[in-house]
Amino acid sequence: MSSSPTRPIDGREVHPFPHRHLTGIAGLQPHEIAFLLDEAEQWVQLNRGTAKHDDRLAGLTLINAFFENSTRTLLSFEIAGKRLGADVVNMAVAASSVKKGETLIDTAVTLNAMRADMIVIRHEASGAVQLIADKVDCPVLNAGDGRHEHPTQALLDALTIRRRKGRIDGLIVAICGDVLHSRVARSNILSLTALGAEVRVVGPPTLLPPAIERMGVTRCTDFDAGLEDADVVMMLRLQRERMAGGFVPSLREYHALYGLTYERLAKAAPDALVMHPGPMNRGVEIASDVADDLERSAITEQVEMGVAVRMACLDVLTRGRRGVAGW
Amino acid sequence: MVGALAITGGRLVTPQGLINGGVLVRDGRIAAIGGFDVPADAEWVDAKGALIAPGLIDVGVFAVDRPAFVAGGITRVVLMPDGGQPIETAALVQHAAAAGKPKVWVHPLAAATRGLAGGELAEVGLMREVGACGVATGRTWIADSGVMYRLLAYAASLGLRTVSHAEDGGLAGDAVMTDGETATRLGLAAAPAEAEALAVARDLLLAEVTGAPLHFRQVTTARSLDLIRAAKRRGLPVSCGITPAHLFLADNAVTGFRTFARLSPPLRDESDRQACLAAIADGTIDLICSGHDPQGPEAKRLPFADAEEGMAGAETLLTLGLMLVRDGLIGFERLFDLLATAPARLFGLPGGALKVDGEADLVIVDPDAPWRIESDRMAAAAGNTPFDGLPVQGRVVRTIKGGVPIS
Repeated sequence: MSSSPTRPIDGREVHPFPHRHLTGIAGLQPHEIAFLLDEAEQWVQLNRGTAKHDDRLAGLTLINAFFENSTRTLLSFEIAGKRLGADVVNMAVAASSVKKGETLIDTAVTLNAMRADMIVIRHEASGAVQLIADKVDCPVLNAGDGRHEHPTQALLDALTIRRRKGRIDGLIVAICGDVLHSRVARSNILSLTALGAEVRVVGPPTLLPPAIERMGVTRCTDFDAGLEDADVVMMLRLQRERMAGGFVPSLREYHALYGLTYERLAKAAPDALVMHPGPMNRGVEIASDVADDLERSAITEQVEMGVAVRMACLDVLTRGRRGVAGW
Repeated sequence: MVGALAITGGRLVTPQGLINGGVLVRDGRIAAIGGFDVPADAEWVDAKGALIAPGLIDVGVFAVDRPAFVAGGITRVVLMPDGGQPIETAALVQHAAAAGKPKVWVHPLAAATRGLAGGELAEVGLMREVGACGVATGRTWIADSGVMYRLLAYAASLGLRTVSHAEDGGLAGDAVMTDGETATRLGLAAAPAEAEALAVARDLLLAEVTGAPLHFRQVTTARSLDLIRAAKRRGLPVSCGITPAHLFLADNAVTGFRTFARLSPPLRDESDRQACLAAIADGTIDLICSGHDPQGPEAKRLPFADAEEGMAGAETLLTLGLMLVRDGLIGFERLFDLLATAPARLFGLPGGALKVDGEADLVIVDPDAPWRIESDRMAAAAGNTPFDGLPVQGRVVRTIKGGVPIS
């Protein structure tokens, strides 16, 4: 059933995940992505049971440093850390209240001095997480940096697709909407193409980055054509500040041209899966009835997979410091 | 009174090519070149086969960074008006001109508009009186075509060349890179490379209407170079420069969010880089400058989009220029035309060539000496070089300004 990529066999022992940090999907091998997904499966099972607890991270400190507002990702990482027994500290710093610049590195050094065992970072600037990762001793997980990457979102999306469709290889995935400003889109493009999917990006030309084809996807400004025969329709959130005429003329025009309705969805494969990273703008990029259709929409399942994937990442990245044999 | 200095046993870089011989300097001027009898009273230097060339003239630096200029063989700099407070009054021109003493000559460019805001003309006439060698729009273009039109006409009437920053501010917006694969992968705001050609096209038209001499501080794309090539063919008094960064690096140098490669204009794609090399070879590009703009860690150790633009380029200008010779693109005489003679000619400055009775601004260069560019071992005020770690050849042995060896 599953056609997840196997590790290269050349007689040598290949480490399943030879990375200190998870700053992005870029730089990960297909088999390493698949490894994280495989690891996450056990946590899906645990999370569906009654006693949702494991003690493997007992005694370790997880700091969630969110320089940009977030509700669901922060909560997801907090739950993931707690279910594995870690001591979780949330540092919610609105970007406006923190001075930029050295302060960011100073913050990193401070967190490091507090002997964090894992740091999860979200920041409004592309590359900010890498900047911090270079300065600290513990594993750093990127929870979203600017328009650059949001790797755990891509992993949870891949896990959701793999569980629903039984595979990723060979599927047609349409990523629709504001690709230009989306870190979710970039990480998903990297992971889904690595895992063998055919990826299309669909949206108004003002919201598609130039040279996006160089990431191995096809580009489409006609929503109906972009949806044709798609196995997965992944909608992106349109930021409120992009709606007022700078990138698209208006909300109602955007909905008319690029909003996902049942009528639209009929262009896709009959069993096409609808996804959205949340939070949704109901009636803008997605119609409520489509979003709430339990048969077609995997949106709540994505949230569920998010916790499992983040548990897997926290577990895998701390194996070295926990002295797990072979790590 | 400065005594005589005799440099012998070198290879002189002249417009006619390399000549074996030396230079005799007396009273700050070149007294003889080629072969001569070393006077008894002269200090004698054996060049040991090194190049003896005119001191470099660096057009468009943002800081008076004396150690970096001396290390780079730069004896004159044409200073941008917006290294710090805009140079918009005669007093500020005089102050800036004195900032290089005694190691380097500084020729300030007058701010074109008050506060460099792109609105009202600054007192460029009064600034010319005290030594401004041109006017400049600063780090940005002048968005209002009417202002640019009047500026060009006015500056031309004073005999001043206008130095323009070729970048359409509306199209560039908040971009920190050129559109392309690297910007897309990194998720950085980017603008089409055409932002430059748009500005070049407009300014060329205005220069044509007014007949004003115009210099584009940096031109970095194939399209802009085509426009300038055509304008020169029509006989317009236009010129342009480029930095080694745009000759040797493309936008993929930013990979990994390397803020040392955050430049203005941003690095371009490989095909534009190749077009720039071709324009060096065919003479479309008039000069190579360092764009020297030292920025310390507080300005560069930041997320990419928050970091300041600019590079510390002075001490690597010559060695990177020598790469063009080593690659067979140009000869030594063309290189020093790009680095010294053309800048002097375009901005009416002394020096820039080895000629009898000329200003004795010289540089002795070992063109083969190997070294490695290292960010943390630079003479400059800051080590923000996008060439960090690059092994290079060619080193300044001695910089001589006004007949006096500088160290």
